Amino acid sequence: MKLRLIRRDSASRLAMFTAPVLALVFTCLASLVLFAALGKDAGAALHALLLKPFLSWYSFSEVLLKMAPLLLIAQGLAIGFRANVFNIGAEGQFIVGALCASALPVYFPDGDFPMMLPAMIAFGALGGTVYALIAAALRTRFGASEILVTLMMALIAVQILNYLLLGPWKDPRGFNFPQTVMFPDNALLPILFDGTRTNISLIFSLLASLFAYLMMQHHFRGYQLRTAGLAPRAALYAGFSAPRMVWLGLGLGGLAAGIAGASEVAGPLGQLQRSVTSGYGYAAIIVAYVGGLNPLGIIASSFLISVIYIGGDSATVSARLPVAAVEVFQGLLLFFYLLTFTLIRYRIEFSRKVPA
Amino acid sequence: MSQPALLRLAKVSKRYGTVQANKEIDLEVHSGSIHAVLGENGAGKSTLMKLIYGVEQPDAGHIYWNGQEVHLARPSDAQALGIGMVFQHFSLFETLSVVQNVSLMIPGKPADLAQKISDLGDQFGLSVDPHAMVHRLSVGERQRVEIIRCLLLNPKLLILDEPTSVLPPQSVRRLFETLRKLQAEGMAILFISHKLDEIRELCDTASVLRSGEVTGRVDPREHDARSLAQLMIGREMPNVAHAAPRPPREERLRLNALSHPRASRFGTTLEGIDLKLRSGEIVGIAGISGNGQQELAALISGETRAQEPGMIEIMGKKVGHLGPMARRKLGFAFVPEERLGRGAVPEMSLADNSLLTAHSRNMLSRGFIRRSVERAFTRECIDAFDVRTPGPDAEAGAMSGGNLQKFILGREIMLNPDVMLVSQPTWGVDIGAATAIRRRLLDMRDQGCAILVISEEMDELFEMCSKLHVLHKGHLSSALDAAETSPQEIGRYMIGAAT
Repeated sequence: MKLRLIRRDSASRLAMFTAPVLALVFTCLASLVLFAALGKDAGAALHALLLKPFLSWYSFSEVLLKMAPLLLIAQGLAIGFRANVFNIGAEGQFIVGALCASALPVYFPDGDFPMMLPAMIAFGALGGTVYALIAAALRTRFGASEILVTLMMALIAVQILNYLLLGPWKDPRGFNFPQTVMFPDNALLPILFDGTRTNISLIFSLLASLFAYLMMQHHFRGYQLRTAGLAPRAALYAGFSAPRMVWLGLGLGGLAAGIAGASEVAGPLGQLQRSVTSGYGYAAIIVAYVGGLNPLGIIASSFLISVIYIGGDSATVSARLPVAAVEVFQGLLLFFYLLTFTLIRYRIEFSRKVPA
Repeated sequence: MSQPALLRLAKVSKRYGTVQANKEIDLEVHSGSIHAVLGENGAGKSTLMKLIYGVEQPDAGHIYWNGQEVHLARPSDAQALGIGMVFQHFSLFETLSVVQNVSLMIPGKPADLAQKISDLGDQFGLSVDPHAMVHRLSVGERQRVEIIRCLLLNPKLLILDEPTSVLPPQSVRRLFETLRKLQAEGMAILFISHKLDEIRELCDTASVLRSGEVTGRVDPREHDARSLAQLMIGREMPNVAHAAPRPPREERLRLNALSHPRASRFGTTLEGIDLKLRSGEIVGIAGISGNGQQELAALISGETRAQEPGMIEIMGKKVGHLGPMARRKLGFAFVPEERLGRGAVPEMSLADNSLLTAHSRNMLSRGFIRRSVERAFTRECIDAFDVRTPGPDAEAGAMSGGNLQKFILGREIMLNPDVMLVSQPTWGVDIGAATAIRRRLLDMRDQGCAILVISEEMDELFEMCSKLHVLHKGHLSSALDAAETSPQEIGRYMIGAAT
């Protein structure tokens, strides 16, 4: 029997919805085998991974807290990805956004700066954008691959962070820990739900999603970006400026990552510390692709990935799952998703004919 | 005939998804015969050849070789029997020499192979230098290399897929002489074509395919082109008689000593190209693809910027430095030779493909896409240009070449351009659609549009154009009056024998 992929006349709506579900089912089946092989209670592990995040209001609010930066960064990245502009270093733009936002509370630790919080967000946004646009300049001017440039600039950002935390920005009363002073109250984002850590950055992310949806699905600029990504020669034929797509794709990605970075230090961290490099920038790449680079899909995928993160934390504790196994679970999910994603544009045909 | 046929197909069928590409095909090919397989694009010719050459396997039916049933699972099975195939698009490595290319498929020492290549060349009029680099060879020479490569495997049956579509008339003559010599040696030849005159001249049998079925088996020498065409398309040949052009008026496109260095090693440098195009006329650029056609089209459309603004003038303005959008604003429209990926985005719906160049037709409101206008435009285009499709939501990538070409041409015509560049308008388009496309272009001309057509099809150019240029190795000939020149003269320019 032979298996063949046949291109569909148009993308299947049914497959668009069933693909993520199928991916989840396959992932669960594969991880059941994997966890059992590790000698762990596979049922308990899956319970912790997928159900626990929903079983208490607090863990659910933690899911929302994690979701905010992932969603925001992923929306920005997806815009670039749609145009074949591959910003792999959102982590760097995220860190630079956090750094720029932290500058204000570090130099005004008593909070005597007008419009502290809006200014921090603006600084973060600006920092992230400018940092990403360096890659845009190198790509449009010299043809340097933005994949490499953004990735290497992310490493540089980590070193800048280390330098500041170990040197000039170190909290003098912080027992030599590499972290800044705790931010004053007016440098912290308002909490959205009492008794949780979920703050209004979730609203930023949802607004960004709305913006991304309107731009990518209904605005001519988004159409140009999509055309540049799907058929670069058609974009050239129509006269859409390729450099402008690069500037826009990287700039918006950096902007979103910068705001997310600012929200992280003004949110759950409350200070600048090394743990700000938590990998949101890289995870957002996965979020963007699992969401099919579609603004609405990304809302769903950022939620799903956040559930797995929170669930993964609890699985390492309650089911004694090694961290690596949780990472394998996340990897499996992406793998199966890409596999099932093919079904949106292709259908499987079985042919019984045995070649002679 | 007492002897069994060399190749016999009995009720061979092949289906791709919902498309029945071949339906119960019966075919007999005898040694020493040149057998034509005639049909429009999409009639199932290519599928049939793939089945015979073992690239694909039939769903049903039987294939017999010298009376024995055979199963061809892969091309090497077919080659082992003695079936050779020369594809329409050559599969040679440009960076290797002729003998190196040959040695990739044929075992043997390079020196021996070079000798064999020369011998075969002398024997069958296929002369080519075994040590020449392929990228330096003309199209005709490359085809000879492909044929030699097949002959070295001692085939009994040689399949040629649209072999003349890329050749200038002189090379076609030469190819026919070669094929007749091979025929005299007892070889069977399957000659796939949609060019009726060639088939009538060369072949002794013709199987006509239409919509995947054999609709006729005739001796083409006993039929005229008109009745063959009728067998092929199933109805009367459409007539393209058209009013004579009125005298052209003001100048709308002008190239002034347009020169441009090639972008890569395999590109073509354009040198000192002069051209004038006026309202109400169609000017044609003949020549074999790869002589600067793509480069010239991209320079005129603005996809490549010219080195100086004054090298290109549209509607009297210097535009060499402007991009495609700015040129379109002046009233320029362009139908490129590649439909998928350039003229249209395969993954997008037809409606979204309208937006690609027709966005200026009131489709945007503050940058937001007005879906209703977009759809109305697309519907109008589908209706007016007879695009066969489920509707504006169908994806461009799922359409046949001819239909997509009608859509792209329709979209550009609906922009009401003053100047239009059309590159290879009927490449891979069936006769019905090609005729419709040509008639549309003539209508546009009569309405005062200035049209420049770049094409490899000489009949098409003579049918539409009042003036012809020939592009050869980056040089454009001066304008030839279509009424006074002949295909032979154009052919001499195409191979560089006249300048």
